[in-house]
Amino acid sequence: MTAILTNLFDGVAYGMLLFVLACGLAVTLGLMNFVNLAHGAFAMAGGYVCMVLVNRMGWPFFAALPLAFVSAAAIGIALERTLYRHLYTRSHLDQVLFTIGLTFMSVAAVDYIQGSSRVFINLPAALQGQFDVFGVGIGRYRLMIIVICGLLTIGLQMVLAKTRFGSRLRAAVDDPRAASGLGINVPQVFAFTFAFGCGLAGLGGALSAEILGLDPYFPLKFMIYFLIVVTVGGSSSITGPFLASLLLGIGDVAGKYYVPKMGPFVIYTMMIVILIWRPNGLFGRTAAR
Amino acid sequence: MNAASDVGHHAQRQARWHYGEIAFWLIVLACGFAFPTRYLIMTDILRLALFTMSLDLILGYAGIVSLGHAAFFGVGAYAAGLLALHGIINEPVLALIAAGLAAMVLGFATSFLVIRGVDLTRLMVTLGIALLLEALAERFSNITGGTDGLQGIEMQPIFGQIPFDMFGKAGFFYSLAVLFLLFLFARRVVHSPFGLSLRAIKNNPLRAAAIGIPVNRRLIAIYTLAAFYAGIAGALFTQTTAIASLDVFAFERSADLMLVLVIGGTGYLYGGLIGAVVFRMLQEFFSTITPQYWQFWIGLVLVLIVLIGRQRLHRWVLYVPNLVIKQIAGRKAVVAVPESDA
Repeated sequence: MTAILTNLFDGVAYGMLLFVLACGLAVTLGLMNFVNLAHGAFAMAGGYVCMVLVNRMGWPFFAALPLAFVSAAAIGIALERTLYRHLYTRSHLDQVLFTIGLTFMSVAAVDYIQGSSRVFINLPAALQGQFDVFGVGIGRYRLMIIVICGLLTIGLQMVLAKTRFGSRLRAAVDDPRAASGLGINVPQVFAFTFAFGCGLAGLGGALSAEILGLDPYFPLKFMIYFLIVVTVGGSSSITGPFLASLLLGIGDVAGKYYVPKMGPFVIYTMMIVILIWRPNGLFGRTAAR
Repeated sequence: MNAASDVGHHAQRQARWHYGEIAFWLIVLACGFAFPTRYLIMTDILRLALFTMSLDLILGYAGIVSLGHAAFFGVGAYAAGLLALHGIINEPVLALIAAGLAAMVLGFATSFLVIRGVDLTRLMVTLGIALLLEALAERFSNITGGTDGLQGIEMQPIFGQIPFDMFGKAGFFYSLAVLFLLFLFARRVVHSPFGLSLRAIKNNPLRAAAIGIPVNRRLIAIYTLAAFYAGIAGALFTQTTAIASLDVFAFERSADLMLVLVIGGTGYLYGGLIGAVVFRMLQEFFSTITPQYWQFWIGLVLVLIVLIGRQRLHRWVLYVPNLVIKQIAGRKAVVAVPESDA
């Protein structure tokens, strides 16, 4: 029984992490219908920035996290303004090719700068180890992830639901043409959201170094996970991707624990079945245009 | 002349063999005799060309974007490897066809999943199927040899007459013959009314359905055929290299494949052949400069191709040949600018 609860806890932490990593992609795919396979590269950038700051320059871990966010967001906005912008109207094939190219470049570049082995971020002592609650082992680090990601999720939901920017973004997602007709600067909204999504990915990358492992192949290894979150969750709200990430996180952890031999098999089968059953995602309303 | 016969006339003119095409194949054949020390790399190029032609059939003609075409390549590779290893079918040509059929069955079964949904869903489903097969091959390591791959495959002589030699000469001409035969068939298919209907579907599925083309059935048919081609390419890989390992399913293989096709150009069949040559040369070039980081430059090539625009790039490449032909023959080029995007 306690093993089940511990697994559930780990799965929730894993799922929340996936959500922070992938929710930027949900916006890219949902708002501009842009297939961004390079999303993991931004996460990797954030992770490596955090690693360099903490390990080499001796910054405290919690001070490095915001910088991971900022640096990934900065890279995101730079690329969006210079390169991505030109590709919104192009075919999906072009977008796929372009972002695969970017992914390959980021993999080789990070390999060149930092070496190909897995890196670890030195964690403060307060985050190491675990404690028991009624016999259920709770990892301190995972608890922190759940707290941070949970707060972020609530914050995102509030911004989307309550603020003016949130309503602009929702309007732009629902119908870009009508939204721009109403005077909403859709490209600007998108650029800002894209940068924010990249920043979140960067933060997620920094947080995930401990759990998912950080090495130059991160963007390729986890690309499919991000895509699963978005396609299964649908891109019309953040609740969909959120539930999908939780499902994926819990499913993956449980799958690895109970049927270790089947490994990723469970996840891929689940994804294909869900996509066949509901091509627009479990929680999606409209088709990707 | 009424519209129908006009279309027929145009299609027939398109389908006729050009001198350029005949010259192309003669050059390929001549390469086999001209570079007797390079059989291994040339065989590699031929395999890649066949594999790319398979992707061209679905991407260039039917507009299905696939990120998991390596699935069929892998099934073909493992099928050929297992058939040879356990001595079920010893004759390479029969084994080749059997491996192709195995991939074809998988292609037919998965085509129903692929024709559902939009581009993104297709990407995900194709990618998912390839990853699924990779996970399966790893899981059933008692059959596939796991991460070690299939080892100790010994190929029997072709038709019981021509043995595979260590320089790869037999392998090269065998691959060339297979490629040429399959090319002829693909050429026939894409110039048939069936092929024309595929182009109609690619341009506008809704309109194609409105003029009475059974869209889903056509897509299933071409997807199945492409799977057969990819399976043959995979089987050739196993037969000429005598190994099959897990990386036949790898995502990089599917991604590279797209790059090859895009370099060569989609929708005119030669794209795969030309792209394969250029890609392997690029790869050789980059890996002599930076053995470890050639992937960076390959990525850069992809990014540049997309940013410049595939159509414009092909116009640039064909500018000089077209100019020469115009000067000499005083007419439009035989090297047509390939059809653009999917």
